[in-house]
Amino acid sequence: MWKPVQSYCVSSYSRGIVDTEKLRVRVWRSATGGLATYDVPRYESQTVLDVVTFIQRQLQPDLAYRFACRVGMCGSCAMNVNGKARWTCRTHVSKVAANNELEIAPLSNLPVIKDLVTDMSLFFDKWSQAKGKFSGNRTRHEDFARVSPESAQRKAVDAGIECIGCGVCYSSCDVVTWRPDYLGPAALNRAWTLVNDERDTQTLERLRAVAGDAGCHSCHTQGTCAERCPKHLSPTAGIAGLKRMTMKAAREGDL
Amino acid sequence: MQAMSLRTQARLWYWQRMSATVLALCVFVHLGVIIYAVHSGLSASAILGRTRGNLLFGAFYSVFVIACAIHVPVGLLRIAEEWLHWRGKSAHAVCLAFSAALALMGLRAVYGVVS
Amino acid sequence: MRKNDYRARTHPAWWAFLVHRLSGLALALFLPVHFWALGHAISGEASLDGFLRLTDQPLFRFGEWGLVVLLSLHMMGGIRLLLIEFLPWTGLRKNWLAFGLGASTCTGLALLLALVH
Repeated sequence: MWKPVQSYCVSSYSRGIVDTEKLRVRVWRSATGGLATYDVPRYESQTVLDVVTFIQRQLQPDLAYRFACRVGMCGSCAMNVNGKARWTCRTHVSKVAANNELEIAPLSNLPVIKDLVTDMSLFFDKWSQAKGKFSGNRTRHEDFARVSPESAQRKAVDAGIECIGCGVCYSSCDVVTWRPDYLGPAALNRAWTLVNDERDTQTLERLRAVAGDAGCHSCHTQGTCAERCPKHLSPTAGIAGLKRMTMKAAREGDL
Repeated sequence: MQAMSLRTQARLWYWQRMSATVLALCVFVHLGVIIYAVHSGLSASAILGRTRGNLLFGAFYSVFVIACAIHVPVGLLRIAEEWLHWRGKSAHAVCLAFSAALALMGLRAVYGVVS
Repeated sequence: MRKNDYRARTHPAWWAFLVHRLSGLALALFLPVHFWALGHAISGEASLDGFLRLTDQPLFRFGEWGLVVLLSLHMMGGIRLLLIEFLPWTGLRKNWLAFGLGASTCTGLALLLALVH
């Protein structure tokens, strides 16, 4: 007996709808200070960013959200999906939607501008407070610095250098929630890559910037940053290293 | 933390970790002592029979008490700051007082069972 | 500003943190009581004996057993942290979590045996 095949749908989205399954998506909305529910058709290889985009284009035009590259390079699309901070463009719905349900909320620990958009200013301010800027003393007239990629110091730098400042680790860290002045994993990780950079001239200033209760000494090795980092970095490693370096500096009277 | 200098904050972390190393050793021994004591009897006469005049016991547990007095208050300060949002001079003062109390009560107890 | 809930915390290193903090808190509150109890010895054997008789009940024994297990967990978790902070980085040392749990179980069982024997 002829049976109409569900996947050939007469709509502009006629590419491989998975059965008649609909996703039940709860999205954080500033207007109500709560979660609004939307039904979104489910597709193969659908990402959470696809879902948010569908909602904004088809169902809720005033939904605010951020994205840019949509291919896992820029980190703009970071949001809380089912309570965990992720890049939505790199999160397949099939991986996170148990029982066809999704909850999408803005990143934690940051002021919400609107809906899924957070104010990242403090995140970057703390980067700056941790002296996360390279400071060298060579000019273009001198020869290149020769840094062996095999040296222990350079390996330590390389393990943390790929950070693109997406804020997932900052959002995931409970110490950031509990201590408003805590610099956070990303800023401390960046400081770590710089204190290990043999070309950098600001090591002591940097150690002073990252020591103390607002800095590395408040890390309790919860490790959520390392668990959630989409680039598989371990800020916990760098912070442990900063603890050792600041200890040495304090012992030598430099702190 | 404005109430405490950077150097002091770093030092608190350091001394909590150093006392932790001492305590790791002490606790290993203590766990052995506990299990032995439970086996051999926990009446006052049994306990004091083992500890009275035992200077090695006294020395070991004095070190244990001092290490606790350093280690415990730093941890409590962290909990106060992070979970009770209790910061500043009053929190420091209470933790310092707790440290003194632990040291005094602990050394008194060691004296009590050894002498 | 939104905060995280339990869903961001369902991983071993976080549980290790929670166990370490809660066990530390319990031990910190227990210590003064422990010192006060033993301090009775200053007033003589009879004084200490009188106090110990009060604690010779199943509920107390269970509490003491629990505290010893917490002590063991706190120590093993603490050693893991010392390794992470002072030795070269090899990850979050989840093998130490397993080892610590195992060692604490052994301690708990050993003490249980001693108590029941």
